[in-house]
Amino acid sequence: MKILVAIKRVQDYNIKVQPKSDGSDVDIEGVKMGVNPFDENAIEEAIRLKEKGVVSEIVGVSIGSSLNQDVLRQGLAMGVDKAILVETDKVLQPLAIAKLIKKVVEKEKPDLILFGKLALDSDAGQTGQMLAGLLNCSQGTFASSVEIKGTEVFITREIDGGTESIVTKLPVVLTADLRLNEPRFVKLPDLMMARKKSIETIKADDLGVDVSSKLKTINVSEPPQRKEGIKVKDIKELLQKLNDIEGIKI
Amino acid sequence: MILAEHDGKKLNNVVFNAIGAAEIFGGSIDLLIIGKGVDELARLASKIDGVDKIIKFDAPHLEHPLAEDAANIISEIGQDYRVILAPHTWFSRNILPRVAALLDVSMISDVLKITGDNTYIRSTYAGNVHATIKSDEPIQVFTVHSSKFKAVGLNGGDALIVDSKAPEPLNLSRWEKERKIESDRPPLINAKVVISGGRSLGSAEKFNEVLSPLADNLGAAIGATRAAVDAGYAPNEIQVGQTGVVVAPELYIAIGVSGANQHIYGMKDSRVVVAINNDPDATIFQFADYGLVADLFEAVPEMATLVSKT
Ligand SMILES: Cc1cc2nc3c(=O)[nH]c(=O)nc-3n(C[C@H](O)[C@H](O)[C@H](O)COP(=O)(O)OP(=O)(O)OC[C@H]3O[C@@H](n4cnc5c(N)ncnc54)[C@H](O)[C@@H]3O)c2cc1C
Repeated sequence: MKILVAIKRVQDYNIKVQPKSDGSDVDIEGVKMGVNPFDENAIEEAIRLKEKGVVSEIVGVSIGSSLNQDVLRQGLAMGVDKAILVETDKVLQPLAIAKLIKKVVEKEKPDLILFGKLALDSDAGQTGQMLAGLLNCSQGTFASSVEIKGTEVFITREIDGGTESIVTKLPVVLTADLRLNEPRFVKLPDLMMARKKSIETIKADDLGVDVSSKLKTINVSEPPQRKEGIKVKDIKELLQKLNDIEGIKI
Repeated sequence: MILAEHDGKKLNNVVFNAIGAAEIFGGSIDLLIIGKGVDELARLASKIDGVDKIIKFDAPHLEHPLAEDAANIISEIGQDYRVILAPHTWFSRNILPRVAALLDVSMISDVLKITGDNTYIRSTYAGNVHATIKSDEPIQVFTVHSSKFKAVGLNGGDALIVDSKAPEPLNLSRWEKERKIESDRPPLINAKVVISGGRSLGSAEKFNEVLSPLADNLGAAIGATRAAVDAGYAPNEIQVGQTGVVVAPELYIAIGVSGANQHIYGMKDSRVVVAINNDPDATIFQFADYGLVADLFEAVPEMATLVSKT
């Protein structure tokens, strides 16, 4: 069985990204970048399935500029067998990404396709579901546990107010919740080894996909700030303020 | 068209906000109910203000709608709509992107504001950036940040109920079971008052012991930070934030919570925010209307006592 894992390069989660002063885009120059945390869970799960003997090959794919080689190498260092970079300098919408990955799926023919459930930058959480739609195959989103038995995949999903268990057929697109697993730390020697591995590069333009978007970002700005609050000295004062100023009767 | 979320008996409250968002477009509004045995629910929904039609797909295999089947239905009838939206919950986030792909249109997630003319404001980078986006798609597909839209009322309407025949199940997946937490407290997403605890509570026992009396006396729901959930002090379901639940109560009390981006994302639309933290420089104070620098193990029991007296 073969797995394809999609890997996105995003800003470090601790960083508070700011808009550029002209509002044209966000300012990510010099910001620390890495593998999207949810994608790390996806990679980890692929590796665990391989360690269990259920999976024989893990292919990692990333879409973006040549800078994305670093996240692919991170994946290789964790245990991904083969890395593919779909190279483009365009900023693409989830639908275009899903269409490009569909081309890779047609070539690689994986049984299982793993995504993170959302990306820390765009926060859309659409690409996995879109790909499943384009492939007309099953989907298991926000997965916190995955088990493969024969041709069926048993998935626990995080839903509003609880969890849900579903069983899907292969091929399936899964999206990983942070609770799916604890991603392993990459050891330096593994990273050094990964540097030497080759990365297959495909030009996005050669895949024959219309990636133009009908969504246009007009501007980006800082969200309105909450008005500055005050400090209270004790609970009594707090309750009094809530009552007198906010009209909250407790 | 609005995708309605329900438990078979009752619509989720956030659906009313989504209808409020749909009204901004000024066209006729249809509410899509997919489920099993939902006649009564459809009848109730037909009374909602501003809804013209209830489109009902009622079939045994739709009791727990799977994304594959739901998206199949919505994309089929969706061709005839200009706008398809739903509340930004995990339920809709599972289904709508698949619908958008089947319709070959882009989708916009978590819309905060509709500024007319197919232009939207949404948040990105864990809420640190707001982006204004214009969509030229022939069908606008998006989810809305419910607390940002006014809920419509439930009595003035007289919608037509249209019974549609559900297509055969696709049998790509099957539903097995679900586990929802049972609690006497109000559900987090609808609660008027939410109190959230962080890692600083130290143990599952303490989390309960310290927070429960206050929650009981306030009639509040209890939330938690990811750190508290990961440490096993609180169940997953009550995690507030980017990867958990987004809440916007009248009153939010953050107890021993540092105020990480991802947590703030889930509560910053609360009307009044109170923070109790023993570190005067904690980030959470930047987002709090009222901050109390104190040891939570003293302040919270005191608050519980004072609240019960009033
Ligand atoms: C991809 C990703 C997604 C995430 N999603 C979420 C999410 O959805 N929700 C979420 O909450 N987090 C999320 N996080 C985690 C987030 O970054 C923080 O780590 C987390 O919110 C911190 O939780 P905390 O405030 O309980 O713990 P800490 O950051 O450890 O803060 C503890 C606070 O308690 C205070 N304190 C300690 N003792 C006392 C005392 N006796 N009395 C009063 N105050 C005291 C301290 O001063 C401190 O401010 C996510 C992280 C990542 C990487």
